[in-house]
Amino acid sequence: MAVEMLSYIDRQSPVHRLTGGTKLLCLLFWSSAAMMTYDTRILIFLVLASVWIFAISKIKLKEIAFVLIFIMLFLLINSIAIYIFSPQEGVEIYGTSHVLFELGGRYNVTLEELFYLFNVNMKYFAVIPAAILFIVTTNPSEFAASLNRIGISYRISYSVALALRYIPDIQRDFRNIALAQQARGIDLSRKEKLAKRIKNAGSIIVPLILSSLDKIEIISNAMELRAFGKNNKRTWYRARPFQKIDYVTLTLFVIMLLITIFITFHDGNRFYNPFV
Amino acid sequence: MQRKHLSIKTIVAIGIGAAVFVILGRFASIPTGIPNTQIETSYGFLALMSIIFGPIAGALIGLIGHALKDLIFYGSIWWSWVVVSGLVGLLIGLAWRKIDIESGIFNTKKIITFNVVQVIVQAFGWFVVAPFLDVQIYAEPANKVYLQGLIAGAANIVTVGVIGTLLLLAYAKTRTQSGSLDKDI
Repeated sequence: MAVEMLSYIDRQSPVHRLTGGTKLLCLLFWSSAAMMTYDTRILIFLVLASVWIFAISKIKLKEIAFVLIFIMLFLLINSIAIYIFSPQEGVEIYGTSHVLFELGGRYNVTLEELFYLFNVNMKYFAVIPAAILFIVTTNPSEFAASLNRIGISYRISYSVALALRYIPDIQRDFRNIALAQQARGIDLSRKEKLAKRIKNAGSIIVPLILSSLDKIEIISNAMELRAFGKNNKRTWYRARPFQKIDYVTLTLFVIMLLITIFITFHDGNRFYNPFV
Repeated sequence: MQRKHLSIKTIVAIGIGAAVFVILGRFASIPTGIPNTQIETSYGFLALMSIIFGPIAGALIGLIGHALKDLIFYGSIWWSWVVVSGLVGLLIGLAWRKIDIESGIFNTKKIITFNVVQVIVQAFGWFVVAPFLDVQIYAEPANKVYLQGLIAGAANIVTVGVIGTLLLLAYAKTRTQSGSLDKDI
């Protein structure tokens, strides 16, 4: 059950050198830009730029390939579903209809629908590399410090740090309990009927949850002993001061976001329409 | 006004809760046979945590847990659904004082209260808010996202109704009821 997950990859690169706070803010700007716009030109720019940033981060494609394959599959299913449910969505948005070939009635393939689907997928492609990069280039301990840096209270930042710290532990607990229950003949696989499977899943999650509640007790006692939360501020071992490169990057990203907002909304329409 | 800070226990509950939410969401989801629809045991757990630790913990476990799950295993965050996870945790959590699970009593009346609350909250979240945000953010066709919301919401309501109730029953049994001791003469 060794499922791969994205985690920090230690390298020497300009992207790694940026502080976590900068990267988090940049990710937020970047994803808001991609979320707001439907302008094809901006989306293409965002995709190309994120591929470029990816290249300078020295992360190898094969290190994150498993996630990419999953996302491609998701996007493919998603596009097919959109087409099945609304084959004329593009025509409605762009106001014209160029039929490429006929499949009968509303399922005629139009240039507008294909263009719309292209845009939907570009929107995902614009964010995915940035989000993946953030995870693989930011040390988890620095992540909490960077949340605190951008103004989130340190108590909540610490919750996130705890979550990241305990995900591997709880994954191990889950595996131990699952194996123990399987040894007792409780089957979770496809061979069981659905109702039985749900009942069997219960015999794994109940011990997992009760042991996690015990963990909460132990950890909060330990933190209480060390007087966590007594002061208004807290320092972070992993926090780094902002450098020149951080300010430069942040400025560039803010400019990018402003240009995106301007181009997207100046004509009152989120969509870029090449058909008129 | 001096804002009351989160207690240490709530902070830890958010952290550990989010981690368990991630693991359950990734490993303990049971496919129903309908494409892209799963029985997400993690929402039963979210309901339990909201009832034990209250609305703020519920909201943050939903938000942080769902966002981390998306980020770590799928490489991107579907904000529209993450927001709804937080909302569901928050709104179910509003019933925590009424249910008062720490008293160790989880009788039929409380089971009904819990289920009425969770059905209303989740119907609102999955049938209304999630598709609405999908349309606003991703401009996906309305009929597609409303159908997705309907299927996922129905699955989650059943999951929380069954697994959430069972978890609360199991948890209530571990609490000591007041007045459970007899004087031995």
